[in-house]
Amino acid sequence: MSTKGKVTGIVSNLVTVTVDGPVAENELCYITVGGSRLLAEVIKITGDKASVQVFESTRGLKNGDSVEFLGKMLEVTLGPGLLSGIYDGLQNNLTTMTGVFLKRGEYTDPLDRKALWAFTPLAKPGDKVIAADWLGEVKEGWLPHKIMVPFAFRGEYTVKSVAPAGNYTVDETIAVLTGKDGEDVPVTMTQKWPVKVAVKCYKEKPRPSRIMETGVRVIDTFNPIAEGGTGFIPGPFGCGKTVLQHAIAKQGDADVIVMAACGERANEVVEIFTEFPELVDPHTGRKLMERTTIICNTSNMPVAAREASVYTAMTICEYYRAMGLKCLLLADSTSRWAQALREMSNRMEELPGQDAFPVDLSAIISNFYARAGLVLLNNGQTGAVTFIGTVSPAGGNLKEPVTESTKKAARCFYALEQNRADQKRYPAVNPIDSYSKYLEYPEIQEFLREKISKDWVEKVLKAKNLVRRGREMADQINILGDDGVPMSYHETFWKSELIDFAFLQQDAFDAIDALCPLERQEYMLDMILKICDRHFEFDNFEQCRTLFKEMINTLRQMNYTEFKSPQFNEYEQQLAKHLA
Amino acid sequence: MATKAFQRTYTQLQAVTKATVTLNARSVANDELATVNGKLAQVVKTKGDAVTLQVFSGTEGIPTNAEVSFHGAPPTLHVSDQLSGRFFNAYGHPIDGGPEIEGEEREVGGPSVNPYKRRQPSELIPTGIAGIDLNNTLVSGQKIPFFADPDQPYNKVMADVALRADVDKIILGGMGLTNDDYLFFRHAFESAGALDKIVSFVNTTEEPPVERLLIPDMALAAAEYFAVDKNEKVLVLLTDMTLYADALSIVSNRMDQIPSKDSMPGSLYSDLAKIYEKAVQLPDGGSITIIAVTTLNDGDITHAIPDNTGYITEGQLFLRADPDSGKVIVDPFRSLSRLKQLVQGKKTREDHAQVMNAGVRLYADAQNAKTKLENGFDLSDYDLRCLDYAKEYATRLLSIDVNITVEQMLDTAWEIFAKYFSPAETGIKQVFVDKYWKKD
Repeated sequence: MSTKGKVTGIVSNLVTVTVDGPVAENELCYITVGGSRLLAEVIKITGDKASVQVFESTRGLKNGDSVEFLGKMLEVTLGPGLLSGIYDGLQNNLTTMTGVFLKRGEYTDPLDRKALWAFTPLAKPGDKVIAADWLGEVKEGWLPHKIMVPFAFRGEYTVKSVAPAGNYTVDETIAVLTGKDGEDVPVTMTQKWPVKVAVKCYKEKPRPSRIMETGVRVIDTFNPIAEGGTGFIPGPFGCGKTVLQHAIAKQGDADVIVMAACGERANEVVEIFTEFPELVDPHTGRKLMERTTIICNTSNMPVAAREASVYTAMTICEYYRAMGLKCLLLADSTSRWAQALREMSNRMEELPGQDAFPVDLSAIISNFYARAGLVLLNNGQTGAVTFIGTVSPAGGNLKEPVTESTKKAARCFYALEQNRADQKRYPAVNPIDSYSKYLEYPEIQEFLREKISKDWVEKVLKAKNLVRRGREMADQINILGDDGVPMSYHETFWKSELIDFAFLQQDAFDAIDALCPLERQEYMLDMILKICDRHFEFDNFEQCRTLFKEMINTLRQMNYTEFKSPQFNEYEQQLAKHLA
Repeated sequence: MATKAFQRTYTQLQAVTKATVTLNARSVANDELATVNGKLAQVVKTKGDAVTLQVFSGTEGIPTNAEVSFHGAPPTLHVSDQLSGRFFNAYGHPIDGGPEIEGEEREVGGPSVNPYKRRQPSELIPTGIAGIDLNNTLVSGQKIPFFADPDQPYNKVMADVALRADVDKIILGGMGLTNDDYLFFRHAFESAGALDKIVSFVNTTEEPPVERLLIPDMALAAAEYFAVDKNEKVLVLLTDMTLYADALSIVSNRMDQIPSKDSMPGSLYSDLAKIYEKAVQLPDGGSITIIAVTTLNDGDITHAIPDNTGYITEGQLFLRADPDSGKVIVDPFRSLSRLKQLVQGKKTREDHAQVMNAGVRLYADAQNAKTKLENGFDLSDYDLRCLDYAKEYATRLLSIDVNITVEQMLDTAWEIFAKYFSPAETGIKQVFVDKYWKKD
């Protein structure tokens, strides 16, 4: 007998329900209003009153409307067919909904129950298995999608039978497991998992030891992010947060990409599902959409579902990670998620923390970031969830609760700067304030030495230092004037400009420049550092400026040209002439 | 609607604030409308039997024994082709002396478009203003505000843009318009002979501020009728959204909500997003484009209203007075159209994006030179050329009184580049330099 209740208070999407039995924190319920059922989640309980946040508009809701509790938390459905899906924050399939407008109370199945999947068994009768062990696999697009022992299974099971190779729907039994108590449990290709609980079915979580290539120079070379690492991109509006994130989504070296459009613009999501089916994944040659799942809760969709959307996205990533895959989760923007928390906290009349955010904001954010990571699976293979979130600080001021809380949790910091954006120096990542803690990891340094070159880390640090010194010189020149400083100041300044224009800046809309593989990044950085190592003799600063501008122009033309093509080589020779 | 025949009436108020009244009433629906002492009100909160109503025209003169009757439905608008050419108040009633509209009654502030059913905006909206078309190209289905100080001529620019744009309907939502501005719009539309494609919803400064909260929903309900039902291209003008947000903060304050930044309600982002996200390119060809005005306090875009707006809208157009050229210009640094790359080089000439970027970069160099000049340093030859360039660039391209085609804008830009710079100094891709550089 499930608990029932009646609505006794309404403020926007916060509804108070008087209940007739036990309810749990985060338990789901349906509120019936005018023939449709609205999903809601318990967020506070006082006596027999439960405060629930409704995932839909509460227009027309009345006191006395009936409520039915479901005895479970918000869950996602996991199984083959999630890739290339477009879901809302509660994992409703947006593509199978009818009508141009979203209908309140319309919930659609995330998986295609009729589709047949070609199953190949991996386990055999008699095998001892625990949660997340692989029983078989199906091909989802080109990815081997493992069918696993459901995450919720506790303890060891013995495989009693596994279905033979063949085509099955997600709901057909593909294995029977016997528990310690001798009871047989059928397993299908699908399982459910509560989104707010981290999936911990792995052996251990080692430190990340490889970097994830993104093709963006300022990230890969200057501030690399690790596979299984965390990073965040704060920046005022108009600084290119979304363009940078889309570039990472297009080019990131990952098997699975989940994009959580959390409280952002609907047209940005449209851009993804219009372009991604056409664009080609540079690493596999397949269409980008085949490896991408979109969780889309745009800013005009209900606020409570916005909060759920990031958790839904993370759970899907954790599911694919358990198959030994490299997943990348991009959330745009985590500030909107924090604001959703603030709206609810505010309506519940909780005592506010800084800027009216809930006081536990920092804990919630770091818990969420902690769900990313590299894991060692029970079978010895590895899987990773790399997480990059954007933050939209109010007024572009980084001293605000969401940015500060995130800074404590994330290991990479890509600070977008208004000043750079104003000068159209894109990506507007501030080269001095930004950092990657992974660059200090001995494991990562070792990896870079092997993958790129022996002295790579030293070169990167040197380039960073040149940029920093250039900035100091620029300050001096601004204070003392062009004629008031020695020629060497100009030279140092222009060397940093050379690095900025020819390396840090990158045209995300140019077919060639948008994606710069590590090999090319190494080649370009070497060439630039060689110029910077040289000591020049100038008669006046005009001469210095002219020469560097010409070199910058040539290097930029190279960036726009196919790597090592005849045209590219020609530009390289031009550059050599400048230096002769 | 069936419930209309039976209206529940109450006569005992428990509490009255400047914007809200509270009374005991049963089976009241959230968002439902009510009449309090002849004034329109809407349910915003229920707690047990206590119902709080926000009274749109203010609670002056409402006694505790006021008569309250509930309508059983949220705010609605009658929609039909009769809307064209008409002026309405915040409740959707005519203020031009004409008859009431006959047509289907629709709820305002309805549901959102399923993002999957949207189409990618791809049609250029030319305005003739180079600061917009060249540097911040507008696309149908886009939402973009003007950020301007109160002394900038934003309403005039907006009227120019609306009348030059190639759209089927223009819907004006005026919030806190001064009577003079209301008459300006009316005159501008009439004298352009465009009145039959314009629908206006107007709340002037003479009317109560809380009424403004209904204007965007009314205007967008009308826009959705033309865009969804009639597959028309609709342009919605909303001015001034800062006054709309101020009205939001009045209501939330009266309801004892904890204010967040700049004493705005914590839900400001969601409230604004609900309006702006109505901008859409629909699958059957209809579209809603929103151009809004957000007035600033001394150019401060870090205030909660412009800040939240900037995160929602697809860019912003920043107007400022330029002392060098003596013109009002569209600031190339602070302005941005996020959708511009969907049409630049696709619906316009191939060199568009590169010319735009070079133009702005050189203008930035001129600003640096200006700083040097102000600090009393000697200027280099390059600095001097930059300064001359900036003046001509501002006068011939950035100024809001420009009215030329995109092609002419590009040609003008190449001409100015060649006058002051070498190709290398512009940093433009060689193929375009070869093709378009104006040789003497």
